[in-house]
Amino acid sequence: MDLAIVGISVLWLFLFGYIIIASIDFGAGFFSAYSELAHTKHILHHIIQRYLSPVWEVTNVFLVFFFVGIVGFFPSTAFYYGTALLVPVSISIILLAIRGSYYAFQTYGAKDSKVYIFLYGLAGLLIPASLSIVLTISEGGFVEMVNDAPKLMYGELFFSPLTWSIVMLSVVSVLYISATFLTAYADVAKDDKARGLLRKYALAWSGPTILSAGLIIMQLQQHNAEHFQNIMDIWWVFALSFVFFIVTVVLLWVKKYYSLAFWSLIIQFALAFFGYGASHYPYLLYPYLTIYDGFTNDAMATALIIAFIAGFALLIPSLFLLARLFLFNKRYVRGEKRRY
Amino acid sequence: MWEYDPVFFSRTLTGLTLAFHIIYATIGVGVPLMIAIAQWIGIKKNDEHYILLARRWTRGFVITVAVGVVTGTAIGLQLSLLWPNFMELAGHVISLPLFMETFAFFFEAIFLGIYLYTWDRFENQKKHMLLLIPVAIGASFSAFFITMVNSFMNTPQGFDIVNGALVNVDPIAAMFNPATPTKVAHVLTTAYMTSAFILASIAAFHLLKGRNHIYHKKSLYLMMKVGLIFSIATVIVGDFSGKFLAEYQPEKLAAAEWHFETEEKAPLKMFGWLDDDGEVQGAIEIPFALSILAHSDPTSEVIGLNEFPEDERPPLIVHYFFDIMVSIGVWLTLISLLYWFAIGQGWRFVQKKFFNFLLVLTGPLAIIAIEMGWFYAEFGRQPWILRGFMKTPEGATTAGYVDTMLLLFVGLYIVLGTASVIVLRKMFKKNPVEKELADHARERGEW
Ligand code: HDD
Ligand code: HEM
Ligand code: HEM
Repeated sequence: MDLAIVGISVLWLFLFGYIIIASIDFGAGFFSAYSELAHTKHILHHIIQRYLSPVWEVTNVFLVFFFVGIVGFFPSTAFYYGTALLVPVSISIILLAIRGSYYAFQTYGAKDSKVYIFLYGLAGLLIPASLSIVLTISEGGFVEMVNDAPKLMYGELFFSPLTWSIVMLSVVSVLYISATFLTAYADVAKDDKARGLLRKYALAWSGPTILSAGLIIMQLQQHNAEHFQNIMDIWWVFALSFVFFIVTVVLLWVKKYYSLAFWSLIIQFALAFFGYGASHYPYLLYPYLTIYDGFTNDAMATALIIAFIAGFALLIPSLFLLARLFLFNKRYVRGEKRRY
Repeated sequence: MWEYDPVFFSRTLTGLTLAFHIIYATIGVGVPLMIAIAQWIGIKKNDEHYILLARRWTRGFVITVAVGVVTGTAIGLQLSLLWPNFMELAGHVISLPLFMETFAFFFEAIFLGIYLYTWDRFENQKKHMLLLIPVAIGASFSAFFITMVNSFMNTPQGFDIVNGALVNVDPIAAMFNPATPTKVAHVLTTAYMTSAFILASIAAFHLLKGRNHIYHKKSLYLMMKVGLIFSIATVIVGDFSGKFLAEYQPEKLAAAEWHFETEEKAPLKMFGWLDDDGEVQGAIEIPFALSILAHSDPTSEVIGLNEFPEDERPPLIVHYFFDIMVSIGVWLTLISLLYWFAIGQGWRFVQKKFFNFLLVLTGPLAIIAIEMGWFYAEFGRQPWILRGFMKTPEGATTAGYVDTMLLLFVGLYIVLGTASVIVLRKMFKKNPVEKELADHARERGEW
């Protein structure tokens, strides 16, 4: 296999990891802010405290890994995306800063600030929306070259229906992923009230998720026929993804097997995400940049892959330990004290 | 008319973000080591005061790490947003350490999460302390890797440019460039030193306020000792940094010293100003000292700034940055030395208010020295972004709205800076040491 494919696969995998765990985090933030208004705070608060506070920093590193990695493997992305994305990404940074500081600040001191909780919840929806702009731009048609420098066409971007479908998908899928995960988590925690509420949220957001995904594929036909054709060539991947979507919804519906429902959701998103990635191949940015002309030299690529393998060997046991302590430790999840 | 210049705004925004990040990053590198030292002593001596020190420092550390992470994420993205041309070129050669840095972050973040939320889950304190080791290692390695990148910008190597194309890339040679040893060593020792003095300042502040609990005294003793060790290391490594500059970046050293003519037996000029003819006035002159700093030989020749083409000379303001850094370094070494000598001799004056006040100042001074050191290193590299290969304006973005983004980030840093200070103060005010000690005693049933 060639190194460019290895590189982009690794990065895509980590991006998927980020999307899943960040969605859980973003959505939970939104639900918790919402519950503040709906006076159901006591139901959700504990779960968020127990699950999210210990891991938010790790979530953030997944994002850092992705953007550092992509500039490493594909230095030309710094040139194209760096120039074009100054404004949208700067806004994302500010939103990420609001959220990141929230965990630390609210645990001590700023606890009662309603404004902060509100900002935190809202940022959870605005971040996926603003980051999803990167995917929209990658479809081409929003960047033009002026004096050999890429320029973002803000007007086209703002008035394109594709933009808004992608924004919509990013927001509703955050809520859907998050609600499904938290339902399963509340189930393990034997917190029936929270589980009941979250299950309703999960079911409510399942429909919009699949609808907006369908909408995007339809709009791609207009916007980027080449990409649309590639999607059609591997239509079965997306069909399979849809099957898993149905499985998740049914499992949620019958109020059983919540953990299984979450794993089925992961498979659904994984299929769609990797199917999308594969159909995007070989372009990083239509029509200017492919993974081959943007690729780094062989010496660097080899070094990065070796570093990745070594780093990964270190990472996996540590992540496993973290998950064992906070995620899959039933006693911790239930909030029981335990000494080792 | 006032003209929009993305280069100027990119430089200002980069400098601003880094100057803000470095405060939290330095604490992030140094404090885990201090926590580990305190917890270790606490376990060894079975002294709950040291354990409590570790615990309280950890709580404060959560706040500073959070701000370090968000500002670090900002600067990481801004490097590509504001310097796309530079990153495209540099990405081919120096992305390896940047990539490895993310693994160091992962490692640190994972174990920090575990450490923070398991204080009461371990019967055996030693096991809990072991979790700190990966945190401290992860933090120091992130400093190690990022400083390699900065070293590369000062003394690039590990590639050739043939007909405008990049060839023969050697990532390992790029990482271990001539600037790496002194830079990494200096950054690490100063981070440990600064963290020790910040924690010492806090203890001294409580003593100054008349809270004479033995807890604060133990903290002050310990941190002044650690501070002394690392400030001596800093001065030694700083001296090596000077020798490195004399050999590889003589224009940077010459600009810092206002050393215009190449000469032997060069004196070191501290502070002063330049008159209209460009002559140095009012400076404190230490004979032979520059020759010693540059080559360890009082008679050696030091290259002057006039040897360099005019458009490749760094701005002369770096003189003050350098002088302030060095003065603070010498002052902090002397004061911690004096403190320890006086304690050994049983001299009482170190317990006096005025001396305590001087100790309160050590932390803020160390932070100023860090800032000055980086300003010196970064302005002193100008006009190059990649010395000898790319000038700063060539590396910058051509995008619009950099000025608006600058304003946005100024706002963000003001909010983050004030919020972190307020939260930290509230947190420790609400829960003073005396109360926490009493609570612990009650829990164990001693009351
Ligand atoms: C507490 C902070 C602190 C203190 C007390 C000192 N330094 Fe420093 N210095 C730094 C913090 C720092 C730094 C922030 O860490 C820098 C910026 C870039 C770097 O590599 O380290 C630095 C850079 C730096 C450089 C430039 C290196 C380069 O650009 O490659 C030199 C020559 C020195 N220092 C020399 C000294 C000397 C002779 C000191 C003697 C007392 C000293 N420093 C004290
Ligand atoms: C953390 C402490 C640091 C501080 C306080 C700092 C400060 C600054 C300042 C003030 C400038 C503006 C210089 C000018 O315009 O004349 C600057 C520029 C820059 N620095 Fe640093 N810097 C730090 C570390 C680093 C590191 C570790 C890197 C590399 C990984 C780096 C990369 C850059 C770049 C790319 C620029 C813009 C180009 C330039 O002006 O040369 N800096 N920095
Ligand atoms: C010498 C200067 C610097 C030092 C000592 C330093 C050190 C640190 C430390 C200790 C952290 C906290 C990491 C954690 O707790 O996870 C951090 C965060 C970060 N730094 Fe810096 N840093 C420096 C400059 C830079 C520069 C120039 C960049 C840009 C490439 C950068 C990128 C980051 C990023 C992306 C994070 C966030 C990591 C996360 O999400 O955990 N740092 N830095």
